[in-house]
Amino acid sequence: MTLIGLNDISFGYPNCGEVFSHLDFKVNKGERIALLGGNGAGKTTLFYVILGLVRPHSGTIELFGKRCSEDVDFTGPRKRIGLLFQDPDDQLFSPSVIEDVSFGPLNLGMKRKEALDISMYWLDRLGIGHLEKRVPYELSGGEKRLVALASVLSMAPEVLLLDEPMAGLEKGAVDRFLSVLDQGEFKTVVVITHMPELLHGLASRTIVMESGRISEQTPC
Amino acid sequence: MGLHFIEEAGRFMTCERMAKGDSLLHEADPRVKVIIAILLSMEVVFLNSLLPLLVALASAVVMLAFTGIERGLLLRRILLINIFVALLWAVIPWSTPGRTVISIGPLNATSSGLLKCLFITLKCNTIVMFNISLLSTSSIFALSHALDHLKVPSVLVQLFFFSWRYLHVLEEEYTRITRAALLRGFKPGTNILTYRTYANVLGTLFVRGYDRGQRVYWAMACRGFDGTFWLLSHFKLKATDFFLISWSALLSASLLFLDWSSK
Repeated sequence: MTLIGLNDISFGYPNCGEVFSHLDFKVNKGERIALLGGNGAGKTTLFYVILGLVRPHSGTIELFGKRCSEDVDFTGPRKRIGLLFQDPDDQLFSPSVIEDVSFGPLNLGMKRKEALDISMYWLDRLGIGHLEKRVPYELSGGEKRLVALASVLSMAPEVLLLDEPMAGLEKGAVDRFLSVLDQGEFKTVVVITHMPELLHGLASRTIVMESGRISEQTPC
Repeated sequence: MGLHFIEEAGRFMTCERMAKGDSLLHEADPRVKVIIAILLSMEVVFLNSLLPLLVALASAVVMLAFTGIERGLLLRRILLINIFVALLWAVIPWSTPGRTVISIGPLNATSSGLLKCLFITLKCNTIVMFNISLLSTSSIFALSHALDHLKVPSVLVQLFFFSWRYLHVLEEEYTRITRAALLRGFKPGTNILTYRTYANVLGTLFVRGYDRGQRVYWAMACRGFDGTFWLLSHFKLKATDFFLISWSALLSASLLFLDWSSK
C-alpha cells in the first residue's frame, strides 16, 4: 500500500532555478528508506513538498490514498506523518521540554495525563528524561535534537520523515535512536542522512538524490 | 560593546526568566492576573491626584517584592522603560505653558510641565510594575492560553504568541550574525565600514528571520497546531486567586476613593 506518492513533481524556489523536475517518489507501508545525497540536492525540500509546506508548480501529491492539493487537505496527513526538522531550533518553542514534547499529543486530542505519560515515556526512551523541566532553548545542540525527536515520536505517527536525525548526537544517543527504529514501533520511515553506514540493516531501500532527481535506488 | 549590549538587551526582552518562580503571583491563575492587570492599569491611567498615584506605586512595589524576581533583572527592565520617560522630562517641562520655576538660559521649565511629567513617570512606572508582577510571572504560552479562555479572538491570541515567538527568532538570528561578525574581527565604530556592516546585518536579519519564522510555523503546523493553545496543567481557581482578587478589589476601591476625596 502506498502511503506517500509524489507524481511528476516540479518545484523551484524563486530566483533559484528548479529543485525538482518531473520527480516521482513513493513510500510504501512498512518501508524504511535512507535518503542520501549531497548538499542542495533537494532532500529537505522533498519532505516539505510531501507535507504541503511548499507547493509544487506541477504534479500531484497523494497521501494515504487521497490526493492533496489545498492546505486543508494536508491538515489530517500532517498529524499522521511526523517530520523532524533539520534544525531543532525551528521545532522547539514551549517554556519547558515536557510542554514542548506534549504539544503534539495535546493537539491530537489526548487527555493531559495521557499526553504527559507518553511524553515522559519518549523522553526516557531517548535518555533525556532528566531534561523534563529544562527550558528548550538553553539545551545543547544534541539535547535539542533529541527533544525535537521525542516531540515527533510522541505523536505516534504512521510515517516518520527524519531530516538528519543523528547529526550532532553522541554515540550513546545515536544508539538509543537506532534502537527505537530497530524495535519496529515505527514501521514506515524515511531518513535523510549523511551517515548511511549507521542505518545498515535498518533501511530496506536506499535512495540517492542528485540535483533534484533520484539517481539511484538500491534495495538493501 | 555596542553589539554586546544590544545582544544582551534582546535576550533580556525575549526570554521568560521572570516566569520562573514559586511565589503566590507565579502560582496564581493567569486568567485572573490578566484581568487584574488590565483593570489596575486602566485605573492608574485615569487617576488625577498625587496621593492615590503614590499609593498605587507603593502597592506595585509591594507586589513586585512578593514575586521574588531577581532584583537586578527587575531594575534593568524598569530602567529600560525609564529611558523613554527621561525623554519626556527633556521636553515636556520646557514646552508646557505655566508659571516658570526653573530657568536655564533661554529655557524655562514650568510647574504645570513638571507636574505633568511627574504624573506620567508615576503612572508609567506603576503600570509597568503591576504588569511585571502580574504578567511576567506567567509564561507566554500560559498567557496565550489564558487569553483563549477569556474569549479574546483567536487571531489576536495567535498574533500575540507569534509576535513573541518571532521576536525570539529574530533575537537568535541577531546573536548568530553579530557573533559571526565579532569573531571575524569586526569592531563597531563611527565609520563607513560599521554602517555598511550594520546595514548588511539588518538585511540578513530580516531575510533569515523571515525564513526561520516560516519554518517555526511549519513545525507547529506539522504537530497539529490549529490555533488552540493546550496546556499540561490546566487552570483552576485556588484560594490564592481569591485572595489576589480580594486584594486587588480593595486596592482598586481605595484608589478610587482617594482620587475622589483628593479633588
